[in-house]
Amino acid sequence: MNYFTQIFALAIAAIFVQNFVLMKFLGLCPYIGVSKKLDSALGMGMAVIFVMTMASVFTWLIQTYLLIPFRLEYLQTIAFILTIASLVQLVEMIIQKTAPALYKSLGVFLPLITTNCAVLGVAILNVQSEYNFIGAILNGLFAGVGFTLVLVMMAGVRERLDKAEVPPAMKGMPIAMIIAGGMALAFLGFAGLKF
Amino acid sequence: MLIYSIIILGSLGLLYGLGLAFASKKFHVHVDPKIEQINEALPSANCSACAFPGCSAYAEAIVVKGVDINLCAPGGDDAIQQIAGIMGLEATSANKKVAVIHCQSGGKDNTFYRYDYQGIQSCKAAIALSDGPNLCKYGCVYQYDCVRSCKFDAMSVDDNGMIHVDKEKCTGCGACVVACPRDLIELVSDKKRVHILCTSHDKGAESRKSCGNKTACIACTLCVKKCPKDAIYMDNNLAIIDYDKCVNCGICADVCPTSAIFDPLKEVRAQRKAAAAKKKAEAAKKLEAQKE
Repeated sequence: MNYFTQIFALAIAAIFVQNFVLMKFLGLCPYIGVSKKLDSALGMGMAVIFVMTMASVFTWLIQTYLLIPFRLEYLQTIAFILTIASLVQLVEMIIQKTAPALYKSLGVFLPLITTNCAVLGVAILNVQSEYNFIGAILNGLFAGVGFTLVLVMMAGVRERLDKAEVPPAMKGMPIAMIIAGGMALAFLGFAGLKF
Repeated sequence: MLIYSIIILGSLGLLYGLGLAFASKKFHVHVDPKIEQINEALPSANCSACAFPGCSAYAEAIVVKGVDINLCAPGGDDAIQQIAGIMGLEATSANKKVAVIHCQSGGKDNTFYRYDYQGIQSCKAAIALSDGPNLCKYGCVYQYDCVRSCKFDAMSVDDNGMIHVDKEKCTGCGACVVACPRDLIELVSDKKRVHILCTSHDKGAESRKSCGNKTACIACTLCVKKCPKDAIYMDNNLAIIDYDKCVNCGICADVCPTSAIFDPLKEVRAQRKAAAAKKKAEAAKKLEAQKE
């Protein structure tokens, strides 16, 4: 396999086969919470892609050059959470200073991502899958893309759902849950896809 | 081992903390504390009645661009007073406006229909279907886009489908005005009581025939002639009140032959008149009896 097929295989695996929301059930809170409107879903998705990629970079460095040499793997969770939270905070500050317009459109979502378990999930999975540095970054990036994809899909469905005649007992959250389940079933079709 | 973990995690935390402290100094964005204060004084309904995207945007516009401080309809006088205090300006009272809904012709049962609309619940969709189900093409189609648009729970629907506005809860944000595809909702100062509810520009005979409530304006111009303040004018077969001039006297409501003009005190006035006439008649009878 040459380099590009490898990247392609990684992308397909991270976006579809191992989709964070629908296959690993991580990040369900924003998936249900921020999928009411298409544009806010897109904003959240972009922020998650950015943070996941950055988190992959830093957590991989910390794992490889700090935790493994000192045999401190058991501190993984707390070290990663510390890193992610500080990173999000730093990114928020930098964006606020350098790109106020972007800050305004992302603003609400950036702090929310700190507590998004999908970000911690991607960091830990990078370690478990024993990716190299580039692999970890790409995995983070594509996992974020996969998250954004299903979030935007869900938002699209729910926007249409507002206009549909839903039985009163099913209105709102119940029908959203059913749709999430249906979507997860559909994504199950990707299971076993390999290159 | 224990020492390592404490040192590593402690130094990580210290490093991040110092980094963030340094970054917060370096990337510090000066925000006028007034903006935050004004934002708190505003109702944070984000209704955009002020023509800004949201409350925080309006707060920023007040401080940075010096925009008028009386644009917030939901906040009312309270918010204006508070903002005036923060900005050191004199408070200019905003006139509280509430939504007035026209052309409901007394509810669903009282409306003439051309066909039975069974589509999705949306006024826009109902009207898109060959100009709506109503015989009168100016009337309310009872799909309640306005009720759904109301963020303050100020609109309610009664058994007959009539929409009622709770004047206490209505903040005059104007969301329903935008939501109504037939432009049936108007924001009027809550001190004004007399409203011409008909919005039909059809010719008199036609609008009278199509109005289920028989309260169409037939363009007789009686109200225009009788108004002591010249507050009513005709516009293409429809009488319209100029609220700047109207003084709530209700004379127009009394003379209107089709009751197209709504005045909540009209009946009270009529009762009082009747009672006065009765008293007069009785007094006259007594007088006559005494004479005899």
